Amino acid sequence: MYFGLSEEQKSLEESISKYLEANASLEAIKAVADGEKEKAKAIHQGLVDLGISGLMVPEQYGGLELDTLFAAVVAGALGAGTAPSPFTGAYVMAPLALSLAGSDTQKDNWLPKIAGGDAVIGMGLSEYIGAREDAGITYSDGKISGRALFVIDGKDADAYILGNQSGQLFLIDADSSGIDVTDLTTVDKTRDSIELILKEVNAELLPGSEKDPSAINKVIDTGRLMLSADTVGASQVMLDKSVAYSLERKQFGRAIGSFQAVKHMCAEMTAELEPCHSMVWHAAHCQDNIEEEAREMACHLKAHVAEVGQQVSKTSIEVHGGMGFTDEMGLHYWFKRIGLNRQLLGSPELVREEVAKLQGFDQSLVKKN
Amino acid sequence: MDLEYGPEYNDFRKEVVHFVKENENVKLEGPVRSESRIAWQQKLIDNGYFARSIPKEYGGFGGDMDIIKLRIIAEEFAKSPIPKPMGGQGIQMLVPTILELGTEEQKQAYVRPTLRGEMIWCQGYSEPNSGSDLASLQTKGELDGEEWVINGQKIWTSTAHLSQMCFILVRTEPDAPKHQGISYLLMPMDTPGIDRRPIKQMTGDSDFNELFLTDVRIPATNIIGQRGEGWKVANATLGHERGSLADPNATMNRFNSLVNLMKGETINGERVIDKPVFRDRLLKIQGRIIAQQSNALRILSSQINKGQDTNMAKFITKLQGTELRHDLEGLAIDAMGEMGTLYEDSPHLRDKGAWQMSYMYFLGLIIGGGTSQIQKNIISERGLGMPKEPKVQGA
Ligand SMILES: Cc1cc2nc3c(=O)[nH]c(=O)nc-3n(C[C@H](O)[C@H](O)[C@H](O)COP(=O)(O)OP(=O)(O)OC[C@H]3O[C@@H](n4cnc5c(N)ncnc54)[C@H](O)[C@@H]3O)c2cc1C
Repeated sequence: MYFGLSEEQKSLEESISKYLEANASLEAIKAVADGEKEKAKAIHQGLVDLGISGLMVPEQYGGLELDTLFAAVVAGALGAGTAPSPFTGAYVMAPLALSLAGSDTQKDNWLPKIAGGDAVIGMGLSEYIGAREDAGITYSDGKISGRALFVIDGKDADAYILGNQSGQLFLIDADSSGIDVTDLTTVDKTRDSIELILKEVNAELLPGSEKDPSAINKVIDTGRLMLSADTVGASQVMLDKSVAYSLERKQFGRAIGSFQAVKHMCAEMTAELEPCHSMVWHAAHCQDNIEEEAREMACHLKAHVAEVGQQVSKTSIEVHGGMGFTDEMGLHYWFKRIGLNRQLLGSPELVREEVAKLQGFDQSLVKKN
Repeated sequence: MDLEYGPEYNDFRKEVVHFVKENENVKLEGPVRSESRIAWQQKLIDNGYFARSIPKEYGGFGGDMDIIKLRIIAEEFAKSPIPKPMGGQGIQMLVPTILELGTEEQKQAYVRPTLRGEMIWCQGYSEPNSGSDLASLQTKGELDGEEWVINGQKIWTSTAHLSQMCFILVRTEPDAPKHQGISYLLMPMDTPGIDRRPIKQMTGDSDFNELFLTDVRIPATNIIGQRGEGWKVANATLGHERGSLADPNATMNRFNSLVNLMKGETINGERVIDKPVFRDRLLKIQGRIIAQQSNALRILSSQINKGQDTNMAKFITKLQGTELRHDLEGLAIDAMGEMGTLYEDSPHLRDKGAWQMSYMYFLGLIIGGGTSQIQKNIISERGLGMPKEPKVQGA
């Protein structure tokens, strides 16, 4: 029995962190946030060179075929570095969706490109989880119409995989006619968000998703895991920065970190956050090895980490006083990233509702699964 | 990552399952130290389900220190109504301390009867003026020939009314700095000069006591470690206590009872669990328990695999575990509403009043064994390396 990261996982984490430290400094993140798209592209390419695009792609398609825990480790490092790069949608959810539900042709067409960093696929599954406004897609005769909001990693994507309300997955080529891409501006400037408006767009069903939602559920859960790992990575940085700042900053003739109120803020962040690392590993392990616990673990992780991330990100800003509130200090990039992660693929309340259903706590709620 | 215990443990689990099944209807009778309780405790030892790694010569089972086997035993016992091995401060704190730091004579004299449940211990640490600041304690111990003479007062001494022995911290070196003037003594509770008064708690029970100590004479050899080393000796066991106060697996068992409660309770005919706000609170608690279980797995792993650093994971367990359990019990009360306030032998009482009882009991555990605030001091100072409180002049 060994509960923890392997040497390979630790070294992958380290290489991503080192890369981001060198190439995605706060200055670089600010430049990206101010619209320097080239900078984000370069960082994305650098991460692809480190292997992030091929992690989840099976070996027969040129990928590394690593497990979910590896991907979670990468997600954590990307969150810690507020990396302006596609990952969760393009390199985790998309290859998983194709592997689980794609036809041989679909796999042949896309998986090698994903592994090689030559294709980004955006994932639009929000409407399956909980459609806002009148969003949602309909499919008939090989065509899709409708609207998909918050398509993850959809900006400048080469293709999209969208889910309808019954959990079927569809692949559309970004070059197809009838697609209108609208940029959405969220608080998080480290990642792009888009909305798709589709009119009679050619689409292919992922055949493995036709009859039951097990594929889409697995894809969403794995995505939730990545977002959670991202939040945990980002939260740990906010905590570490708080402790470091509190030892530097002096008021009333002493380091603010010697005031018990400040120490206790840091202790509370630690007490909540420390178990979340273990919870991410545990949920990732279940995803690949303990099928009967996988869904509950992923949902609980998403909800719990969202709450902890919110507490840590708020408290960390408070520890920094007025500096914490400034743009200059840049803490807000982590704060906002955690804020977006909280809502994507289901806010805590929605996900807890789902895990209640999964456990049969409310029979009347059971509709999917 | 590997959560499998390995095939070599399958046979062991089978043995445990068999034993548990065979004994699931055992009922223990009488108060602590009754014949049937001692016999049961001995049976558990003989089968290696309790005191497993403690040497035979001291009354244990004499098995190897195999954490996974201990875990399997705990898992299988938890699933069944079978009577559990006894706990208490003697078993959880004193025995590990004696085994680590005691003399051969002490090991021979105290370990076996403590394990068998014949000798109950209480912990004489806190004093009226020394709670969180335990090291400021003032109860005096003076060596007079072959005897220690103890004078002073202890408070909050749990189970003192049931105990034959007390491990007690006293100041024996009044001129030394406060942490270096304390000794760890073993005091028989029938020694003349001990005046015990029960303290009634908010739960209505009287589990703890005040001890007034006047010229209490005990043999000079009743000391663990050297004179003045008591603080170090006591700290060797505080860790054992904190680890045992709020086991997340026990909390998960309790959670399952809470689910059943919320399925049974109704408001206007609707099950409480079907009300979204209540259900959301329930699920929040479940998520927190799972986080704690994952944290516990990491700690378990570090006991098996050397070199895994889990200090921080350990520092947070007492704080998180006791607060979580208190919140869980509180939700049960809310789920019952007015009915949740029923107590003692009231009509309509649910589960014999256990939810209110535990709600209060775990507030006690938030305070006892180092308060939540003290835990936060420990996390920030020892875990995060933040500065200690500056000393106040004259303190
Ligand atoms: C159910 C129960 C069982 C117990 N059993 C035993 C037993 O068997 N044997 C035994 O010896 N003792 C026992 N105790 C005593 C227990 O260890 C003390 O109550 C505890 O250490 C707190 O000390 P105190 O009660 O003097 O509170 P105080 O130390 O007076 O604390 C009062 C408040 O001040 C806060 N405070 C104190 N110092 C600091 C600080 N440095 N920073 C921030 N806040 C601070 C505390 O957190 C608390 O909120 C038991 C207590 C309880 C509740």
